[in-house]
Amino acid sequence: MMRLELVKRPQRSALFSALSPFIAFLLTIIAGAILFALLGVNPLNAFRIYFIEPISQIWQLHELAIKAAPLILIAVGLSVCYRANIWNIGAEGQFILGGIVGSMIPVLFPQFEGPLVLPLMLLLGMVGGAAYAAIPAFLKTRFGTNEILTSLMLVYVAQLFLDWLVRGPWRDPQGHGFPQTVQFNDSAILPELMPESGRANWGFVFALVAAVLIWILMSRMLKGFEVRVLGSSPRAGRFAGFGLNRMVFFAFLLSGALAGLAGISEVSGAIGQLQPVISPGYGFTAIIVAFLGRLNPLGIVAAGLVLALTYLGGEAVQSALGISDKVARVFQGMLLFFVLGCDTLIHYRIRLIGFAAPKLEAAPKLEEAR
Amino acid sequence: MDITVNILLTIATAATPLLIAAIGELVVERSGVLNLGVEGMMIMGAVGGFGAGYLTGSPWIGLLAAIALGALFSLLFAVMTLSLATNQVATGLSLTLLGLGLSGMMGTSFVGQPGQRLPNLDIPGLTSIPVVGRLLFGQDPIFYISIALTAAVMWFLFKTRTGLTLRSIGDSHTSAHALGIQVIRYRYLAVIFGGACAGLAGGHLSLVYTPQWVENMTAGRGWIALALVVFASWRPWRVLAGAYIFGAVWIGQLHAQAFGIPVPSQLLSSLPYLATVVVLVLISRNKRLTMMNTPASLGQPFVPDR
Amino acid sequence: MSANHDGANLLEVRGLTKIFGTLTACDHVDLNIAKGEIHALLGENGAGKSTLVKMLFGSLEPNSGEIFWNGQAVRIANPGFAKKLGIGMVFQHFSLFEALTAAENIALSLDDGSPISTIAAKARALSYSYGLPLDPESLVGDLSVGERQRIEIIRCLLQTPQLIILDEPTSVLTPQEADKLFETLERLRSEGKSILYISHRLEEVKRICDRATVLRHGKVVGHCNPREQTAASLARMMVGNEVKAVVRAPADGIETAQPLLEIRALSRKPATPFSIPLKNINLTVRAGEVIGIAGVAGNGQGEFFETVSGEVLQQDAASVRIRGKDAGGLGITGRRLMGAAFVPEERLGHGAAPSMKLSENLLLSRHATDGKVFVGASGMVKSEAIYGAAQRIIKAMDVRKSAPDPEAAALSGGNLQKFIVGRELDRRPGVMVVNQPTWGVDAGAAAHIRQALIELARSGSAVLVISQDLDELFEISDSIAVMHNGELSKPLPIAQATFEKIGLLMGGAEPGHAEHILETA
Repeated sequence: MMRLELVKRPQRSALFSALSPFIAFLLTIIAGAILFALLGVNPLNAFRIYFIEPISQIWQLHELAIKAAPLILIAVGLSVCYRANIWNIGAEGQFILGGIVGSMIPVLFPQFEGPLVLPLMLLLGMVGGAAYAAIPAFLKTRFGTNEILTSLMLVYVAQLFLDWLVRGPWRDPQGHGFPQTVQFNDSAILPELMPESGRANWGFVFALVAAVLIWILMSRMLKGFEVRVLGSSPRAGRFAGFGLNRMVFFAFLLSGALAGLAGISEVSGAIGQLQPVISPGYGFTAIIVAFLGRLNPLGIVAAGLVLALTYLGGEAVQSALGISDKVARVFQGMLLFFVLGCDTLIHYRIRLIGFAAPKLEAAPKLEEAR
Repeated sequence: MDITVNILLTIATAATPLLIAAIGELVVERSGVLNLGVEGMMIMGAVGGFGAGYLTGSPWIGLLAAIALGALFSLLFAVMTLSLATNQVATGLSLTLLGLGLSGMMGTSFVGQPGQRLPNLDIPGLTSIPVVGRLLFGQDPIFYISIALTAAVMWFLFKTRTGLTLRSIGDSHTSAHALGIQVIRYRYLAVIFGGACAGLAGGHLSLVYTPQWVENMTAGRGWIALALVVFASWRPWRVLAGAYIFGAVWIGQLHAQAFGIPVPSQLLSSLPYLATVVVLVLISRNKRLTMMNTPASLGQPFVPDR
Repeated sequence: MSANHDGANLLEVRGLTKIFGTLTACDHVDLNIAKGEIHALLGENGAGKSTLVKMLFGSLEPNSGEIFWNGQAVRIANPGFAKKLGIGMVFQHFSLFEALTAAENIALSLDDGSPISTIAAKARALSYSYGLPLDPESLVGDLSVGERQRIEIIRCLLQTPQLIILDEPTSVLTPQEADKLFETLERLRSEGKSILYISHRLEEVKRICDRATVLRHGKVVGHCNPREQTAASLARMMVGNEVKAVVRAPADGIETAQPLLEIRALSRKPATPFSIPLKNINLTVRAGEVIGIAGVAGNGQGEFFETVSGEVLQQDAASVRIRGKDAGGLGITGRRLMGAAFVPEERLGHGAAPSMKLSENLLLSRHATDGKVFVGASGMVKSEAIYGAAQRIIKAMDVRKSAPDPEAAALSGGNLQKFIVGRELDRRPGVMVVNQPTWGVDAGAAAHIRQALIELARSGSAVLVISQDLDELFEISDSIAVMHNGELSKPLPIAQATFEKIGLLMGGAEPGHAEHILETA
């Protein structure tokens, strides 16, 4: 029987720090090939359909951007939380609340039009997401309640709340009983970037801008330093005079606002109205994006594009090969597993050794090492 | 009278999966490991239990498959966090995400198929005793397992030397290691036990509670089980109490919906989740209780010097 | 009472080597321990003493070398095997479980499976017979450091070992408690047991040990009979060269100097179930003086430091006054802005963030006081400025490192401590509060830090030093106060202080009534 043993490196390995996401991706491909083979599909063919075909035409790149935008927006916010060792896993709920609050204008005041509508909606979306994220932050700072569990429970509540709205008070009276709100008027629709070539909208630009701004915040500013200190050694952070409670609010409000912005961008951009379900799990997939991007906003942009591709690939293999699109979820989960495992290589060398039962008798002499 | 018995029976059925999953996680956390993948292991147990039962026609094989799949899935978590010392929070989350995806994929062909149900106990003469007969002698087998499991875990943790060793690892893995206790080996066993329990809990959902396969059918129960462990401040009998309170909330909102109480059904459906938040707030207000009982090394990765 | 040398060696170690990455912690170490002797293992912090005994106890695996037990070659693969051989260990950093009772703690290292109640009774009986009374039912988290050490010792004795290893046992004891321990050790020796006694305190080694092995930088540099040596000759063997003695110029007229740090009727409730409440503490530190606070670890020093530094706020703003102004309601940043500087006990994780560079760790305590220099108006960090300042401190304090701006965790304890102290000295603070300035620091660095603290005081600052190391406090303080169980005695001028008087106060002889002790002592 074999056993793994970790040997701490004298300092973190810069090589594996850079290589780790790529090794993880490679391992995912290998595991994916096995998975496809088990499903009775030629892996090479499946990979072509999964990873290449969905991005072989310009309009498809637009679709990629549409899927990547919310993932990046949410993940850069989450990266600040996780760097601060604060575990907001309720971004899905904050996304939904952002979508709902931002939609108040086009749903409740459909006659209100003009250039002010969209900025107001986006602002309200951010406020909605931030306000919803403030609940776990308040409970954590006031009562010491575990934020992982509270933020997650609020996801279910948000989903049910949206469901109630679009089936009840906000249902389109002319909608033939379908559970959805009115179609937003034109001034409430997020414009497309290049309508001549595809559907991608300004949400992708928001994502890129957010990534760059958060990157500056984290790597260049005192506030980012505060986040990193409190996350890696909270006691040193307190010694520096940084307040942990203030940080909990900062991280939750920031990530909630970005998730809310992603939510309203999705609703007013890709969908155009509220429906019972407005997210295919973006808030959870963004957790994977954040880790795959090494909690670095620029890495997150790349990771967001990769994960967006897994969504498109999942749809593609479903229509071409009849495999469940849940395969996308499996790929995402495996990717995160491999990333976390590979990150171990940054701090440790791994040794494989055999199990040797300790003997009570006199043991043979140890060999001379040098 | 019959209605009361029926309600009590459904509460027990709703509470059983929560109780089993939470008892398993309690043992894991007592060893100092935080496995947030309960929801993922549970859904794997549910799909495995349904699938094996459906394919073999035997709910008993389904039950074994549920346990095995939950345990196997937890092994993945154990290798990552114990052998590779990865972040337990992130690894647990990814276990849940992977479990939800994998179960969805595995279960595609099971959707809409009739499932197998584990038969209720039926002891001639005893089960037919009015009122108490069905409560004590007429429930599904997993109900009895859940009660026995709770008692066994209480005895194991607080009355056996091995249980003491497990608790000591949860208190300080460095001290335990210095005394020559095999920290990693104990934790492997604890995590796999927790996985088996979560798998069994999932199997209860697809073999007893609603004998069919529905995607995401755990509906956050794994997370509620995690909350129950905190609520119970790591004591088995409080987990039992908490699971039945939550079972009652779950059934209560279903009955309220059925009776057509003039409240949006979505609000009623969200009650278990809101109740979880409220309960967590109530328990965390008592800081001393929480601090005294939280295993001190909970969630800390452990890499022994060599 | 000389050692019994005619018997064979109980333990023989030949060429034992342990390598961590690039560091050779133990380099071909030879060691013989005879039956019935107290054998000292001497060495500075970082000399490899703990690594060596961890290999003897099976906690670490050697890279090469041989161990003989009663003449037979053995491979000690784990602590369980060491225990079966008959090796017992009393750890420096106790391996105890706070949430469990003393009896449960003891049961965990006995493999006989007997019920806890039996073990509790045995432990109680044994503890009384050795004069180390112990309540087996008490929760370890509620016990003092000295009581915890008793559990470790009793736990070790219950395994009826032939060799007992004690790692720096007196560092947590008062001088009087240490005397008691020495009696126990001598009794164990007379029962024929061998003891490996690890220490860097030379006087006590001279007093109780029969033979000594001295380690320096992982290598054995000598075996000797400590009774035939002087403290100075032993120190030379340990350190390798003469350590510059600290020079303390007389502090004239400090009785009338301006008080810079005043603590008035300071009390604090326990923050966690296991922490110590502070009770009505009063203290004044004047410009130009160094005041030392002695005390056994865990008597409230950590809690006191937190309240003085402002990591924890006080309700009464006047309970802490800095340079004549109330500071009790201000956080640590506010107090720094009033001219105070702080060095906490824990280097890694409190005084410095381990995974961050030294330049970033500079920013840790100075982002507000030197805000204009280090941080731009828009909240941007001026990385060149902090890098330059870090290099200035590295030079001033002679910090040795392997890279220009390494992570804090990559530095040795002594070098990191020099940086952390230097980071505060660089500001020329009016008030300096230091907790355990040289804990785990090598002799050269310790002397450097102590000298720097004295010079800061003589240049007109008020310096408050909390330390468990009495030698250190006698070396640098103008007065010494003692903290016991959350209470602070009146400071005793250094001319009147003796080890015995301070030791009695550390043991709890009427804190707050120093004069009374003086009269009776």
